[in-house]
Amino acid sequence: MKKLNIILSGIVKNNPTFVLLLGMCPTLGTTTSALNGAGMGAATMAVLVLSNVVISMVKNLIPSKVRIPAYIVIIAAFVTIVELCMRAYLPDLYKTLGVFIPLIVVNCIILGRAEGFAAKNGVVDSALDGVGIGLGFTLSLTVVGAVREILGSGAIFGHKFITGDGMLIFVLAPGAFLVLGYLMVLFNKLTSK
Amino acid sequence: MEIVLIIIGAILVNNVVFAQFLGICPFLGVSNKVSTSLGMGAAVVFVTTIAAVVAYLLQYYVLVPLGITYMQTIVFILVIASLVQMVELVIKKVSPVLYQALGIFLPLITTNCAVLGVAILLVQKEFDLLESVVFAFATAVGFALALVIFAGIRERLELENVPKALKGTPIALVVAGILAMAFMGFSGLV
Repeated sequence: MKKLNIILSGIVKNNPTFVLLLGMCPTLGTTTSALNGAGMGAATMAVLVLSNVVISMVKNLIPSKVRIPAYIVIIAAFVTIVELCMRAYLPDLYKTLGVFIPLIVVNCIILGRAEGFAAKNGVVDSALDGVGIGLGFTLSLTVVGAVREILGSGAIFGHKFITGDGMLIFVLAPGAFLVLGYLMVLFNKLTSK
Repeated sequence: MEIVLIIIGAILVNNVVFAQFLGICPFLGVSNKVSTSLGMGAAVVFVTTIAAVVAYLLQYYVLVPLGITYMQTIVFILVIASLVQMVELVIKKVSPVLYQALGIFLPLITTNCAVLGVAILLVQKEFDLLESVVFAFATAVGFALALVIFAGIRERLELENVPKALKGTPIALVVAGILAMAFMGFSGLV
């Protein structure tokens, strides 16, 4: 039960996008469609789970003075691995997400969880925390992407269900800010009871 | 001419915050007051420009000759993180006045993805050294411009009666969205 709670808290109570307000750049920059959002979320989740596991394993070996640089090196190594894998197997997605893949390294969610959770907990719990926060991030990105895709081009996951043009502004830059802002309002409203 | 286009493009047309979505965290976090946003903006301009020079030299004189360009992400982030620390130490020693003004903002810059983003972008765009420096400087000025405008709006927003659910970040995002629309007016300028 406790294990399940770790995962669930990452999705709702500690939702990285709507509650912790971390990782705003990829949230705004990559959510032009539901699929792009989901892809970015999955890539971040992979790095998050792997780095959480490794950091919780080596946490007692690292002197606390140099822990932040050490964490950054571990995270950067996994980002490079994910980047190379995506370039090889998902070249189209890699091209769309562009500079945001190497920038996973400075996504505050990952260092935040490394410092705030993995450095204090065991391997299994850290992996679960990575999965929970990762899922929360992926879900939020997919939702933002889906809303922008539906309003902007009348499609969802690439399937067009409204004929004619959508409101292009939602696919362009301003739409990212507006959709995220109003989704946050909705999230606050729903969770404030 | 090329240089002028890079400057206008980086500051107005492809504004780092409103069009490329880099550096959003400090953009939302340090934009409550115009005076602090000026300090943050200046610190970002300073660090980004230096980081771009270092990143350029590393890429073309270390990574490419050794054939290890896949190490780019790791090398860049480490160099930027230590560079920020070094800049902090140097400024503290050389110019206490500047340190007073920029001091508290410098550690925050390590996690500003605009700095790493610019370093990666200038390699992707295959700029030469002069173009890289100009691009980095102009991008950072674009960031400072966005930050100061945004802080000015938020200062006035403090006095307004904002609905409860919209308070804080949501209203800030909506304002940023409208600002982004205004900046779209610059597209087609280059």
